[in-house]
Amino acid sequence: MDDLSTVWLILAAAAATYLTRIGGYALITRMRTMPPRLEQALNAVPAAVLTTLWAPAFFNSGWDVRLALIVAALVSLRYPGLIMLAAGWAAAMAARHLFGL
Amino acid sequence: MNRRDIIDGLKGGAVIALSTTPFAVLFGAVAVDNGLSIVEAGLMSATIYAGASQLVGIELFGQQVAPWLIVLSIFAVNFRHVLYSAAIARHIRGYSFWQKAVAFFFLIDPQFAESIRRAETGKPVSFAWYMAFGLIIYVSWLLFSVLGAWFGSMLGDPKVWAIDVLLPIYFLGLVIGFRRKPGFYPVVAASMVGSMAGFHLVGSPWHVSIGAICGVAVAALLPLPQKPDQSAEVTH
Repeated sequence: MDDLSTVWLILAAAAATYLTRIGGYALITRMRTMPPRLEQALNAVPAAVLTTLWAPAFFNSGWDVRLALIVAALVSLRYPGLIMLAAGWAAAMAARHLFGL
Repeated sequence: MNRRDIIDGLKGGAVIALSTTPFAVLFGAVAVDNGLSIVEAGLMSATIYAGASQLVGIELFGQQVAPWLIVLSIFAVNFRHVLYSAAIARHIRGYSFWQKAVAFFFLIDPQFAESIRRAETGKPVSFAWYMAFGLIIYVSWLLFSVLGAWFGSMLGDPKVWAIDVLLPIYFLGLVIGFRRKPGFYPVVAASMVGSMAGFHLVGSPWHVSIGAICGVAVAALLPLPQKPDQSAEVTH
């Protein structure tokens, strides 16, 4: 692939991404009222989508990644995001370098 | 008040900017490793501005995949943003047309999650707060993508430094933050099962959209709360 077509490919992907970011708004503002079930579905969007971004790492990886995610999940019940991130990272490092998982 | 919003936004955004730094560096390094120039890696971060999809794109750039399929894969990974922009609509009614057009460009996962959280705690999702929050993340994302590309393979194997676990941990943390929402557990379970089924039966990156649709469908089918809300007005 030459340089110019790479640039066009990137710009096409950027346009497609922007479409996804305005698309939902464009659709929803055409409706006058929001049915309660639709509202309930929209409220579930963040959890539903974000789950798909960690589930494969948990189920398809080894116990090093699983341990890191379990530790991070437990820590996140009490502590803010960066501490959770650090705890999970430390668990993965320990699992890989100390326990050879 | 405006000033207060900007400071709030910068503070909240800085935390996200810091936690996305490793991924920006990783993206830049992987991009160069897959044959992109530093400028092209920077262009991706500047115009697409969606980490997971950028990494998917990079992975496909390295293989002999038809260009339209690369664009479609990036579109599939980013399809969740359709749901974001629909869900955020009622919180940004006060924005002008151009403010909306600009704001939607910056609508990444944490921007959406924090906007909803802010709205639910009763604070205004003002344009000033939104842009302060978004821009500090954007600038840092762009800067560290280019730096990562610059250093290229100096990072070595991301597994040695456990860089690869940061992204899933980060997303898991965001999910756990929503645990008090009604229907949280059935939604997460459906999304988990759907995404894993999608992963094995259809393949990546479709598992993202498939899992999300499963979770959202379950939410739509769950019984409505006893005291039903009046349907919310949606203004144009």
